[in-house]
Amino acid sequence: MKKVLFRPSKLKIFLLLFSLLFLTNVYAQDEPDLDDTEEIEEVSGADPQKGKELFNSLCAACHKPYKKAVGPALHGITERRDLDWIYAWTKNSKELIDSGDSEAIEIYEEYNRQAMPAFPQLSNEDIDDIIAYVEQPKPEPKTAKKDDSSEVAATGDGVSTEVILGILAFVFLMLLVILVLVNKTLRRFAEANNVEIYKKKEKSKPIWVAFAENQFLVLVSVVIVLLMVAYGGYGYLMQVGIDQGYEPIQPIHYSHKIHAGENEIECKYCHSSARKSKHSGIPSLNVCMNCHKQIAEVSEETATEEYSKEFYDNEIQKLYDATGWDPETQSYTGETKPVKWVRIHNLPDFAYFNHAQHVTVGQIECQTCHGPVEEMEILYQYSSLTMGWCINCHRETDVKMEDNPYYEKIHEELSKKYGVDKLTAAEMGGLECGKCHY
Amino acid sequence: MKRYTSLIYVLILSFIMTSCFDKSKPNFQYFPDMYEPISYETYGEYDIFPNGQQALVPVEQSISRGWLPYDYEDSAEGYDLAKADLTNPLPYTEENYNKGREMYDIYCATCHGGNGNGKGYLVEREKILGVPSYDDIGRAITEGSVYHVMYHGINTMGSYASQMSNEELWQVTHYVMTLKDLLEEKEQKEFVKDVENPEVR
Repeated sequence: MKKVLFRPSKLKIFLLLFSLLFLTNVYAQDEPDLDDTEEIEEVSGADPQKGKELFNSLCAACHKPYKKAVGPALHGITERRDLDWIYAWTKNSKELIDSGDSEAIEIYEEYNRQAMPAFPQLSNEDIDDIIAYVEQPKPEPKTAKKDDSSEVAATGDGVSTEVILGILAFVFLMLLVILVLVNKTLRRFAEANNVEIYKKKEKSKPIWVAFAENQFLVLVSVVIVLLMVAYGGYGYLMQVGIDQGYEPIQPIHYSHKIHAGENEIECKYCHSSARKSKHSGIPSLNVCMNCHKQIAEVSEETATEEYSKEFYDNEIQKLYDATGWDPETQSYTGETKPVKWVRIHNLPDFAYFNHAQHVTVGQIECQTCHGPVEEMEILYQYSSLTMGWCINCHRETDVKMEDNPYYEKIHEELSKKYGVDKLTAAEMGGLECGKCHY
Repeated sequence: MKRYTSLIYVLILSFIMTSCFDKSKPNFQYFPDMYEPISYETYGEYDIFPNGQQALVPVEQSISRGWLPYDYEDSAEGYDLAKADLTNPLPYTEENYNKGREMYDIYCATCHGGNGNGKGYLVEREKILGVPSYDDIGRAITEGSVYHVMYHGINTMGSYASQMSNEELWQVTHYVMTLKDLLEEKEQKEFVKDVENPEVR
């Protein structure tokens, strides 16, 4: 008789009771099924936790437990292959292929002759641990359960607010009825006692005629109105051409908050041309795919109340459609659909701005002009980008001279000329018209 | 009644004024002729391009200025060849090392970790998995293989040739090999002094 590990699972207890109560036949049929899954852990005595660590650091670049990636899904590998074959393949797959092993050659050909690197550092026990990890049954998707509970919570909340609203409405209705009744009774009393409720008003001068007759008041109010119109008009005209707060809807909902904020990815990782070009550059989609080849869906924690996991996963799917990436076959189909991003920061043609000059030479943080990008779920224009705004910064910002031989000589001369220690961008010539307008 | 009509006028007027401030649409401009460029701008949309798209892939068989084609092809054989033959054309100067570190911290450290042990921030958060340490015995990286992998990408790692120039890729290679030495508890190589970089394309 085999040993059976019992986990406190309701299903198994139910099955056990069922089988005990009824036929021994049923017991005999169920038994091997239960055994199979337990046996692996039992026999190997392997540690799936340790296996997970090894898997994540060595295997996960190409393998996923339950999904095909660069290499095949590893779940169920013990059913497909011998343990000895797995040991030999993992330690040095090339040797196994060269030795003429038919299974090895077959899988090598199937995955486009992409060789799996050798792992001589793994012992048989380590490989057992990894197998124990990948052979764990696939965890139930949490979303369904979560949805249920959230739905319950939502309906629970809904009921309570509805009840409160209902009670309030009822109370108001009652008050209204009482008011009407009281009013009616009082009227009847008044009639009975011959009290006149409505007195006819004497016709007096309307207030606007009185106002028009007072010339001083008219003068003062005309002046005030004129000043207000001037103020409003000036304010309105001054904001023409300024797009501060401009927040267009992009074709793919890309969240800077998730990428630059939560995951702390460098701005220049994606906007690499900001280092050496006039433009900061909209990253081409191959840069997205550097990570999103592996990240096909967001984690539960990434989803917020406003944007659900399904919403974000759908946005990643849009990226796949655009690049023509097929996550099933893990390859590009070649059908691409360029994404038409909406440009947010638009300088007028007559003003020249160079990113590299500010980012690389000036060592200015991106956030100085673009604001707290790492907190923006949807990116918007943070600064006004007016000339006054540029000039102010050039007047106030000290140029970083340390360890910069390029500035040594000019620094010396200019600081003598102005009699200062530190030079601002303005003193370096940052206010000359021709620097930006030509 | 008259008072109410004037109030309604004010409401309509203020609605018209505020409805112009739609934050998903750009604002009015004084003289659009001076704002809009006449020449073709980067990322612009112009009729002469296919689908109006200015951002295009370079013409096939053409070579960008300042670049030379890379000889080793993107395959297992190319990888092996590069791993065996290719060496770093840049001298191991302090400047190259520092530049390499700067680039590494931007492009590589987020997955490979600041010291190259494969435990970067994204790996710690379990966003990206399976990043090997540079002292991985099975991979036994060399200057050639590091450059080759950065140039073409491998497995789930993508190509970084679009984000860094060839010279920068070689500078990162210097830094990565230094990290590998440090992980293997070797001494860091000594910097070469007073050597100019050859022209790398």
